[in-house]
Amino acid sequence: MRALSNHNASSIAGAVQAAARARAEGRIPAFSGGGTDLLQQVKDGTDPADVIINLRTVDEAREIEAGASGISIGGLATLTRLMDDAAVRARLPALAQAAESVGTPQIRNVATVAGNMTQRPWCWYYRNGFHCFKSGGDECFSVNGENGQHAIFGGGPSFIVHPSDIAPVLVAFEAIFQLAGPDGEREVPAAEFFVLPRVDPVKENVLGDAEMLARILVPSPAENTVSSYYKVMDRAAWTHAEIGVATVIQRDGNAVTDARVVLSGVAPIPWRLRAVEEFLAGRQITTEVAQEAGEMSISDAQPLAKNRHKLPMTSAAVERSIMELAAG
Amino acid sequence: MNSDSFDPAAQEQRQQQQAVEPDTPESPSRREFLETTGATVAASTVVSFATPAMAQSTDAAAPQTAITVSVNGVQHEVEVEDRWTLAELLRDGIGLTGTKIGCDRSECGACTVLMNGAPVYSCSQLAVWADDAEIRTVEGLAQNGRLTPLQQAFVDNNAPQCGFCTSGQLMSATALLQANPSPTADEARAALVGNLCRCSNYNAIVEAVVAAGGGDTA
Repeated sequence: MRALSNHNASSIAGAVQAAARARAEGRIPAFSGGGTDLLQQVKDGTDPADVIINLRTVDEAREIEAGASGISIGGLATLTRLMDDAAVRARLPALAQAAESVGTPQIRNVATVAGNMTQRPWCWYYRNGFHCFKSGGDECFSVNGENGQHAIFGGGPSFIVHPSDIAPVLVAFEAIFQLAGPDGEREVPAAEFFVLPRVDPVKENVLGDAEMLARILVPSPAENTVSSYYKVMDRAAWTHAEIGVATVIQRDGNAVTDARVVLSGVAPIPWRLRAVEEFLAGRQITTEVAQEAGEMSISDAQPLAKNRHKLPMTSAAVERSIMELAAG
Repeated sequence: MNSDSFDPAAQEQRQQQQAVEPDTPESPSRREFLETTGATVAASTVVSFATPAMAQSTDAAAPQTAITVSVNGVQHEVEVEDRWTLAELLRDGIGLTGTKIGCDRSECGACTVLMNGAPVYSCSQLAVWADDAEIRTVEGLAQNGRLTPLQQAFVDNNAPQCGFCTSGQLMSATALLQANPSPTADEARAALVGNLCRCSNYNAIVEAVVAAGGGDTA
């Protein structure tokens, strides 16, 4: 690995100050929660960081706290902790399921919620050093290339897909993200944290240069809310979602009163299916309703040459997700 | 308390000593033969270190940090370059080569060690992040020459084929058995999902883990 220096941060405020200082000195800092993905990118040269801000030495923002109004998740909580947390499993089952579906035990034991939320795209062009939009270039090589795993929604000018399994769940639960930067803290709704390439072709979220995701607040779901995360992969385990469906449904008897359906793996951001949500509201879940929701989910999809398989896959995944929730 | 230093010259000297003083010159075992041959090659190709990190370790500008790390119960006070991975520290610094480097990118699991009891990919942890941590490697399993029940089950079930992934498999399975002493086959598969076997000997590995927990694998 090329020479770099490690800075042990002792607090969130100290970490963002250290990052800002490094920037001012003309260096390139990178926050490291678990570090598994960061080190790959540093070794490969796709991440130019030369100062690692180590967050393992930070004592705050690690805990998951359940209160009456909701659950507060520290950005530095590991995915293992998230999937094992009793309150998360009981009240936000989709979130525990999504966390459990990420990577491997070795990754989940160190990977943080904040890191999962801010991971860079896994597009093979970006990861293999192509000078694309995501690495500061002015081209998306997938457009006329190997685009089998690229976006069917919201693409252009870059067609990456957002890889996080837990991000769509947090959008579906309408979580609030607390960001910490050198100028203080701010809050943004989960859905507004992620940005489309047409807004910012380089970055996937609103974080500033020395800013980090410190904490996530998930408001308590209304009574009679059920949720699930349904993940389709191109093999049985240990990979990203071809498509993931985060579904949160509030019920009154058998009727849906409110629904959120948000997809992973099909768009550059967690992709909310508003038309499907509106369709479900007020309806009883039947096989026909679930099927119609599935068909509706791809009505405005814009596939590329080699990713058309994602259309029937998305329809089926949305349909099954709704049926499984109704059955459960 | 050991105080290790990573002086390239000292490493080269160690390799040369190995080269000229093989343990059993009369009838070397296959393993000794391979080790001796490897050491000779290393010593004769000017300065050849085991990994890119070590090869670059003459770079005076590379930032270094002093850390204290417990490995298999032994405290090590070491000066590491900030860019060294934990796998490189274990293998090249401390000499515990049971931990393997396969993909070197947190995909294959050959480098799995326990950090404060939890399996992690040591190829994707910086050594400086292990400051004050307790690391357990495959060398820390057997005690006084006695294999752990898991290791014995690996032997009995022919779990290793080429063996390169075995130490990582053992560490993941050790953590599983500590949390869940009698895992089912499905639980073993879930715990070992991050350890790839290039020989694809997964069935025997899962059988070994289940057997180590006292489960019936017939």
